[in-house]
Amino acid sequence: MAIELKMPALSPTMEEGTLAKWLVKEGDVVKSGDILAEIETDKATMEFEAVDEGTIAKILVSEGTDNVKVGTVIAMIAGEGEDASVAATPAPAAAPQETPADQKTEATSDNRPQATGTAQLTAAVEKTRLAADPSIPQGTEMVKTTVREALRDAMAEEMRADPRIFVMGEEVAEYQGAYKVTQGLLEEFGAKRVIDTPITEYGFAGIGTGAAMGGLKPIVEFMTFNFAMQAIDHIVNSAAKTNYMSGGQMRCPIVFRGPNGAASRVGAQHSQNYGPWYASVPGLIVIAPYDAADAKGLLKAAIRSEDPVVFLENELMYGRHFEVPKLDDYVLPIGKARIVRAGKDVTIVSYSIGVGVALEAAETLASEGVDAEVIDLRTLRPLDTATVLESLKKTNRMVVVEEGWPTCSISSEIIAVAMEQGFDDLDAPVLRVTNEDVPLPYAANLEKLALVDAARVVAAVKKVTYKG
Amino acid sequence: MAKAPARTATTEPAIPNRERPNQPERYQASKEELLAFYKQMLLIRRFEEKAGQLYGLGFIGGFCHLYIGQEAVAVGLQSALDGEKDSVITGYRDHGHMLAYGIDPKIIMAELTGRAAGISRGKGGSMHMFSTEKKFYGGHGIVGAQVSLGTGLAFAHKYNEDGGVAMAYFGDGASNQGQVYESFNMAELWKLPIIYVIENNQYAMGTSVNRSSAEDQLYKRGESFRIPGIQVDGMDVLACRAAAEEALAWVRAGKGPIILEMKTYRYRGHSMSDPAKYRSREEVQSVRDKSDPIEAVKRELEALGVREEELKPIEQEIRKVVNESADYAEQTPEPDAAELYTDVLVETY
Repeated sequence: MAIELKMPALSPTMEEGTLAKWLVKEGDVVKSGDILAEIETDKATMEFEAVDEGTIAKILVSEGTDNVKVGTVIAMIAGEGEDASVAATPAPAAAPQETPADQKTEATSDNRPQATGTAQLTAAVEKTRLAADPSIPQGTEMVKTTVREALRDAMAEEMRADPRIFVMGEEVAEYQGAYKVTQGLLEEFGAKRVIDTPITEYGFAGIGTGAAMGGLKPIVEFMTFNFAMQAIDHIVNSAAKTNYMSGGQMRCPIVFRGPNGAASRVGAQHSQNYGPWYASVPGLIVIAPYDAADAKGLLKAAIRSEDPVVFLENELMYGRHFEVPKLDDYVLPIGKARIVRAGKDVTIVSYSIGVGVALEAAETLASEGVDAEVIDLRTLRPLDTATVLESLKKTNRMVVVEEGWPTCSISSEIIAVAMEQGFDDLDAPVLRVTNEDVPLPYAANLEKLALVDAARVVAAVKKVTYKG
Repeated sequence: MAKAPARTATTEPAIPNRERPNQPERYQASKEELLAFYKQMLLIRRFEEKAGQLYGLGFIGGFCHLYIGQEAVAVGLQSALDGEKDSVITGYRDHGHMLAYGIDPKIIMAELTGRAAGISRGKGGSMHMFSTEKKFYGGHGIVGAQVSLGTGLAFAHKYNEDGGVAMAYFGDGASNQGQVYESFNMAELWKLPIIYVIENNQYAMGTSVNRSSAEDQLYKRGESFRIPGIQVDGMDVLACRAAAEEALAWVRAGKGPIILEMKTYRYRGHSMSDPAKYRSREEVQSVRDKSDPIEAVKRELEALGVREEELKPIEQEIRKVVNESADYAEQTPEPDAAELYTDVLVETY
């Protein structure tokens, strides 16, 4: 029986990659453990090892091919005693199954793995259009950039300008970043300013905070914010409160940054949105950008701030491309929301990865005659309530979308603000679309059920516009 | 039969082939220096007694941790630091360290009473006081946090190549916190200029060292990180000063961090609300009678020919300064209501 060699997924979020190099050729005999090929993901080049034994019958995807989807048959292996020429053709591929939205809860009968739940969070990211930030001058050249590169560029630009800035965290230097966000920084700035730490979040968060008190400007990377739970004492008790407790004497200009929110199929302990946690603390600035331009402009602002900043990134967004203005010094104001889609019938408020879900829903709604305005909060503390209330005044209806738990959330806060300050503008109760109120499950079908998606946003908008 | 190893002047070697600091020899103070130590320690003692009194009268609220009994530690150690470049950080038992730095007792006491003239404008209180001017970085309320923060100060000294050393004080209780060891690891790994001072006053609130610490010889706590430690008589201001000099020489030579375990004792409860039932009255009285750091200096001064009559005016002057600070702290106004919203953030967004 011929064996199909399929393009492997080499990280939880990998959907496609480049087949950089074949290390075997047709006719070669391979055994398990042999390295067959080199595959480039958006983060790194990985070696692809043989598991099955046999003869390479046919190479179906030649080296140098980009955007090879995970699961594509890239070669055929003939088993022992099998005719290589017969084995050279793959079995006809089964048509990809689209599960209708209303059947999502049903278990499927075949045994193939489900699409991950996080796919629904980013399904429309590069397809939906964002209204240009009005702060960008007309005619500015725009460059396609990933969120990952934008973050790196922000750090590099600021580090060039201010020698007090340094980056510290696990695998930030020699490994080039666990998620490759700090790629190239060690080479440019050296080991004095790009510092690998042991796995010791509480300790290095404290050291970073102390260094900020001592006059430096640290950027502390957490491999993910889930691990910052070990360090939260220094973020909240040491960094956030000292300026107040010292009557304004002791500054703490530090940036705590790293990926936040659900990642793909990593289970409950690695999938959590800490936005509401940090946004509840006076003395902190909390930023959670969506696209690459905001990631760059806001990270630069965060690094320049004299206040402690929690900068929440999203792993699922790192590899996504967006237009970033080609400007020498693109710095955005902290505390200002952005209208990423103008509309008149309903306001959808979101932040971080939820913005993509909101935009996807808005496009569906547009095709059904509902003109939604989408607001990206960008900064969670201080919250730009003025932009939210202004929009509410215009649309009189509001839905909040949040990739996170519902209880004591940013959604709760926005709803409270709408009640307290926008009550007379409301024609319907504000609804929230959030993750389910459960630890994030591992199983793909359950993960899908737990996370927000555009269909739920559409349904909520129909409710508040009395069209449902 | 093997010969017993020769006695050396170095501290006990855990790994004999590693360089270790010398066992410090007691500092030889001049009469003037000794008098200065006496004044500083007595100021702390009288200040703390007054603070305890003001607490009882309701002028000071919340938690208030007194330094009585431990005066020699802050005075002896800080006298060796270079005020221009070295930095100091401690926990919540911080009044003594600030007084040892010559910070005006009035603005410290006014902070204790929560007044606008306090060093933190009344918004910090007893546990949260800072003087960036003196490179005193607090005054931190979470047990052990100052150890990581102090290591960060040392990181900044090294990064800036300013020649400064950070001194981070913590107690025997904090020495069981995990972040202390995370910090030890990085401090030694990166050879940071820091002196870790464990003020072992024998009790972490109500739990004695023996009941909480598997290794109760706290100066050895750095051994698995290759950080040497020295045990010091924290009731002897000259031993404290000598230990600081040895530690500073070690750290300034680029040899990385060092630990000083100061064996000391607090006469009062952990905080004002602690009745200290976990130890006997006799135990406290015995330390007071035999080991009081201020009485010890007084005896040394007498041996140098300083007569009781010469010390009297000094004591009277200190009482006057402390009484004035208390009067000031009672009378100076509370912060303006508008202060509630100031200094939450530095910038406006």
